[in-house]
Amino acid sequence: MSVEFSFLLVQALSGLASASSLFIIASGLTLVFGVTRIVNFAHGSFYMLGAYVAVSIVPWLLQIERSPTLFFVGVLISACVVGVLGVVMEILLLRRIYKVPELFQLLATFGVVLMVQDAVLYFWGPLDIAGPRAPGLRHGVMILDQRFPAYELFLIAAGPVVLGLLWLLMHKTRFGILLRAATRDRDMVGALGVNQALLFTGTLFLGAFLAGLGGALQIPRVSASAQMDLSIITEAFVVTVIGGMGSIGGAFLAALLIGQLQAFGVLIFPKITLVLVFLLMALVLVVKPWGLLGRPESTAGHTALPEGIMQPRGFAAAEKLLLLLAVLAAASVPIFGDTYTIKVATEVLIFALAAFSLNFLVGNGGIVSFGHAAYFGLGAYASGLLVTKLGMPMEPALIAAPLAGGFFAALFGFFIVRLQGIYLAMLTLAFAQIAYAVCFQWVEVTGGDNGIVGVWPSTWAASRSAYHYIVLVAAMAGILALRHVIYAPFGASLRAARDSAQRAEAIGIDVRTHRWLGFTIAGAAAGLAGGLYAFSKGSIDPTLLGIPLSVDFLAMILLGGMQTVMGPVLGAAAFHSIKDIFMPLTDHWRFLLGASIIALVLIFPRGLGGAYAALRARFSGGAP
Amino acid sequence: MTLLIVENLNKNFGGVVAARNVSFSLVAGEILAMIGPNGAGKSTSFNMVGGQLRPDSGRVLLAGQDITGLPPRAICRLGVGRSFQVAQTFLSMSVLENLQMALIAYAGRTRDMLARSSALFRDEALGLLNQVGMAEAAARPMGALAYGDVKRVELAIALSGAPRLLLMDEPTAGMAPAERAALMRLVADIARRAAIGVLFTEHDMDAVFAHADRILVLVRGEIIAAGTPEEVRANPEVQRVYLGTSGLRAALRARAAAHG
Ligand SMILES: Nc1ncnc2c1ncn2[C@@H]1O[C@H](COP(=O)(O)OP(=O)(O)OP(=O)(O)O)[C@@H](O)[C@H]1O
Ligand SMILES: [Mg+2]
Repeated sequence: MSVEFSFLLVQALSGLASASSLFIIASGLTLVFGVTRIVNFAHGSFYMLGAYVAVSIVPWLLQIERSPTLFFVGVLISACVVGVLGVVMEILLLRRIYKVPELFQLLATFGVVLMVQDAVLYFWGPLDIAGPRAPGLRHGVMILDQRFPAYELFLIAAGPVVLGLLWLLMHKTRFGILLRAATRDRDMVGALGVNQALLFTGTLFLGAFLAGLGGALQIPRVSASAQMDLSIITEAFVVTVIGGMGSIGGAFLAALLIGQLQAFGVLIFPKITLVLVFLLMALVLVVKPWGLLGRPESTAGHTALPEGIMQPRGFAAAEKLLLLLAVLAAASVPIFGDTYTIKVATEVLIFALAAFSLNFLVGNGGIVSFGHAAYFGLGAYASGLLVTKLGMPMEPALIAAPLAGGFFAALFGFFIVRLQGIYLAMLTLAFAQIAYAVCFQWVEVTGGDNGIVGVWPSTWAASRSAYHYIVLVAAMAGILALRHVIYAPFGASLRAARDSAQRAEAIGIDVRTHRWLGFTIAGAAAGLAGGLYAFSKGSIDPTLLGIPLSVDFLAMILLGGMQTVMGPVLGAAAFHSIKDIFMPLTDHWRFLLGASIIALVLIFPRGLGGAYAALRARFSGGAP
Repeated sequence: MTLLIVENLNKNFGGVVAARNVSFSLVAGEILAMIGPNGAGKSTSFNMVGGQLRPDSGRVLLAGQDITGLPPRAICRLGVGRSFQVAQTFLSMSVLENLQMALIAYAGRTRDMLARSSALFRDEALGLLNQVGMAEAAARPMGALAYGDVKRVELAIALSGAPRLLLMDEPTAGMAPAERAALMRLVADIARRAAIGVLFTEHDMDAVFAHADRILVLVRGEIIAAGTPEEVRANPEVQRVYLGTSGLRAALRARAAAHG
């Protein structure tokens, strides 16, 4: 009995320790969001940088003297260095994107994530770096009959201390009071005539400092590695969303909840702790759409022009010709191209369908999905598993792909379409991570990290050329069908709901159901693309559901122009070709990609489609 | 038969009492104005009738049917058309497409994935635009219209569902005085002709006193007076709340000008 109890106690304590760490990181994210209204993907990168800087500085300091003081001085220096990097990011990037649509902000900060990943590899190399242990806190403490690391006890205290210091800062200093005022009402700060730029820069310092602190404090527990950023950022998102974005107290509460859920969830469902966490988030959002302690964003009276498809036009005669040429070109690739070229062309067609289905949501419906790859990947897994595990032939397996994508889109979408704006984007991300986690962790069925090989087409479709034609027909059919829906009353209703949900409801449109249906359709199309991809590649693995692929899809529609109907097709072709040409040439592909995404957002936000529309307007509008 | 009965509606926002025991009724073909200073609770009351807000307590009956707490789309289908204080239209669409969209929704065809929406209900849409004098602007993008014109199109949208009841929250805000009078005449005309009940709020007292059959005066969430324009004008409490001792009309005019 007492063994049982002490074990549970230790489990609870380790839950508290992770809660503390999580809170320190998430508090920075939520602070930055509160003031700037930007969800900063790069927050995870700051955390990672905090760890890397600390594993470089702290051992060096400890060589001078192995004292606890120097250890913590090192940790604080690391946090300050990261804080300064936050300032740099604010001045160079964020300042320019405070007013752009959320999706662009998310993408731009994700661009920073990609750049930092490559920078870290460049400076610190690909190997994980273990940090030194904290002098004076290396021993274990006996708790009842269990041994518990002293450093974990220290971490348990660190969270509340940071919370207390933040409270003091927010209530006793001028900066903190302004910060709170800005969180509550941004216009008010402008009206007070405060130097807003300084306030925002200061906030970024504080936010990045906290992320860096969180990372630096981890070095005795985990090695610094180049994958730390994305794993922590999803957890930090979950904490801030559950707590209510902008609420520090909420973040604390949510971190406690999640810490305990993970500590005890691991005992009951060892494999699916990640799923538990995201399920908690979905549940909280359904009951309290603004999180535990968040306040509703007022969207009433919102009358800005949407960033998306406006009045879709039909094809002009010249455009029909272009389209015909494009189809002919795609169809003649197997005649003129080598095997490799055919493969690339096949992939372009598949990604064109996936990107088109994403823009059906984002551009046409205003539903910013940050996890569209989930439905692509689930389609791929459905096909792949049916073929390899059940020995089904390709044809029915390909039919299963859109069904699987549509089914899961319907399931996840049921919750997702209840939310709006940034909360919606976060929930799409969370569900995508659930799907990813299941594919990653359910090793017996999915092959885990390695995935499954041997997903080959039927014999009649086995040659690259034959399969290319299958993809050509399927992708074109999918794209044209979706395009037709955009021009149909259903597509117009989605645009109506995007422009003004209030007006749409007031003329009798069931906005939520329409959005749900739209989400399902887009998921089915993405699933079909995924199924086609599985047979093209011959294998499936969890990267097909990952955030990077979701971001690739977003980059495709951004590059193509999300306000045009056919732009995403162009964007997919351009993006995939560029990737294919440049990726083998450089060791810093991610850096290049990140920088390109940022450049797109800053100087080319309407993409190729927008450039084309502007040209067209100049030539047709110029004549009287 | 009474078209709309509102019984003891209450709504609090945190500590703010936005509506307290608001009760009134309206018959078909009647034009009822709700006036009151900023923050009196006019929009809140409208939203509780239209379904945008759920009242804390109280009932709303439309032609005898309890519609309290129904979602806006259901209330719309029962024959309530409305405009919003900040006009709500589909900014990415053309003026004509806005009306086509409303007509598609009225026909229950929003899930149609086969037809081409631009080909549906063109003539009906043009007819509605004609009614509000906006037919010439049919092809223009909604986002390019002057605010007064947006309000007109919004009226046409509200009429597209052949409503029995029209809720109009500040229909003439942002219009020039001559335009205001014309729009109110138009509304009155339509209401009389089709026997539509109209409930509207307005800061322009000329419009209110010229066109309302009856007036409700709302102050801090409570109806302090109700009656014909003459009765309301003569009501000492209304005079006190609105203007202290000076002449009613002059002060109301000044108010209207300040809000215009
Ligand atoms: N969603 C809300 N949350 C909190 N308070 C609200 C909300 N909507 C309205 N209020 C408050 O309720 C009161 C009534 O507001 P309402 O908009 O109904 O007034 P109104 O009479 O329409 O004013 P106006 O003439 O300015 O349009 C105001 O004090 C307002 O601040
Ligand atoms: Mg109002």
